[in-house]
Amino acid sequence: MIYVDNAATTKMSKTAIHTMTAMMEDTWGNPSSLYSIGQRAKEVLEKARADVASVIGAEPREITFTSGGSEADNQAILTAALLGEKSGKKHIVSSAFEHHAVLHTLNKLEKMGYEITLLDVHENGMIIPSELEAAIREDTCLVTIMTANNEIGTIQPIRELGAICRSRKVLFHTDAVQAVGHIPLNVIEDNIDLLSASAHKFHGPKGVGFLYARKGIRLTNLIEGGAQERGKRAGTENVPGIVSMAEALKEANAGMEKNAEHLVKMRDRLIAGLKEIPHSALNGDAEHRLPGNVNFCFEGIEGESLLLLLDDKGIQASSGSACTSGSLDPSHVLLAIGRVHDVAHGSLRLSIGEDITEADVDYLIKSVKEVVEYLRGFSPIWRDLMAGKKQFIL
Amino acid sequence: MALYSEKVMEHFRNPRNVGVIEDADGIGEVGNAKCGDIMKMYLKIEDDIIKDVKFETFGCGSAIASSSMATELIKGKPVSEAMKLTNKAVAEALDGLPDYKMHCSVLAEEAIRSALEDYQKRTGKQIK
Ligand SMILES: Cc1ncc(COP(=O)(O)O)c(C=O)c1O
Ligand SMILES: [Zn+2]
Repeated sequence: MIYVDNAATTKMSKTAIHTMTAMMEDTWGNPSSLYSIGQRAKEVLEKARADVASVIGAEPREITFTSGGSEADNQAILTAALLGEKSGKKHIVSSAFEHHAVLHTLNKLEKMGYEITLLDVHENGMIIPSELEAAIREDTCLVTIMTANNEIGTIQPIRELGAICRSRKVLFHTDAVQAVGHIPLNVIEDNIDLLSASAHKFHGPKGVGFLYARKGIRLTNLIEGGAQERGKRAGTENVPGIVSMAEALKEANAGMEKNAEHLVKMRDRLIAGLKEIPHSALNGDAEHRLPGNVNFCFEGIEGESLLLLLDDKGIQASSGSACTSGSLDPSHVLLAIGRVHDVAHGSLRLSIGEDITEADVDYLIKSVKEVVEYLRGFSPIWRDLMAGKKQFIL
Repeated sequence: MALYSEKVMEHFRNPRNVGVIEDADGIGEVGNAKCGDIMKMYLKIEDDIIKDVKFETFGCGSAIASSSMATELIKGKPVSEAMKLTNKAVAEALDGLPDYKMHCSVLAEEAIRSALEDYQKRTGKQIK
């Protein structure tokens, strides 16, 4: 089996699993209790906070543990929106291809009277900094732009975008769920005020994540209750999950350079191989791209059938086609970079993991070629394209 | 994958009656690329009997399986019977489809009806 859906979730590392079970066996106390097993849990919890903070260049108290990336996105955006409202600022700038955790939160705010501007991400899936500069207004309270896109893997010029926000005195949040543990990030150098991350994208457990909020930004609670997380996120802490996340993050960070070097080599081999398929196109910028992300559109075929046939060949991948999502529309990300419906339905995302080999890559190329050719063989669209009754788009 | 029944997967993996009929007596094409599924049906009809049927489909697993099953259900049958094929019958023959995939079986029904209507138009015959 070749698992190439690491953007959806990753397999937990051995270290992360061992840490988690060890916590469950030995350090199961409630961190809020004052007797020793509680205090022992408190200790490892705070050690995890310091570890996480140090990986991204933050201070421990700037880290709030959450249930994952979605919660962190929701809390960051709501916090900035409510802070803005206090000074009459109710305009937010974001981009058209954010994760739904961001976009749906923005929709909610829009209904509450906020104004939202979504920046164009252009054909290559990149924000143009001068367009952010131009979109910021007197009443802008927040800019939220993802560090790396989960579907097409493009990496934004975060440092530059953050600098623009700083100079305009606007809070800058970035959904770094796909980036943390994979590419270097430093909240100070990158001018980040708020950052979301999720453990299961870097070989940690699901249902755990964190929100970085720069000192001085008072978070708004999503969950009211006890005084955990300095009163900003109630509920007895998921100590095994949090500590496991911290270990996974340290591990990912330590191996980052070596992993990225290997992944980029494998990624580019895969891209070169798939490009040989006629009437196909890489989605997203080839250069400013996550080391493990490959995303293609193949004209004349539909993504779900492609995935099912690849699954039969032992390949687990994903697609932005409508039929994989249960709606009639293909991925908003592919539409945002200007792929029309016809070709957006024929997309394939292969998000490779660190253990991928050259032989795996070659098998992937061969299998995708076979399946695309097979499906085109009885596609009425392909027939029309080949007969010249329709114009090729790709 | 447990998304689909064994029957759907079997028809998806080994679709029956794939291809085109060059001298078809009726051709129907339904759906559009915008919604993600397109089906094209070709019918060969003799003495009001569907002698041969072929299909081409751009679409998801259930669209391909529905096309395949629909062709099986009408092959060798009188046109009047084929005209009455429902998406429900197609879905049932496939041991069911997920709710949000029922539209794929609707397309199969519509593709066959469209091909039969084309046959009526070409021949001036009225299928009863
Ligand atoms: C970019 C991005 N943001 C947010 C999320 C949500 O993270 P989680 O699943 O931890 O809530 C994901 C993962 O699905 C993601 O890829
Ligand atoms: Zn479908």
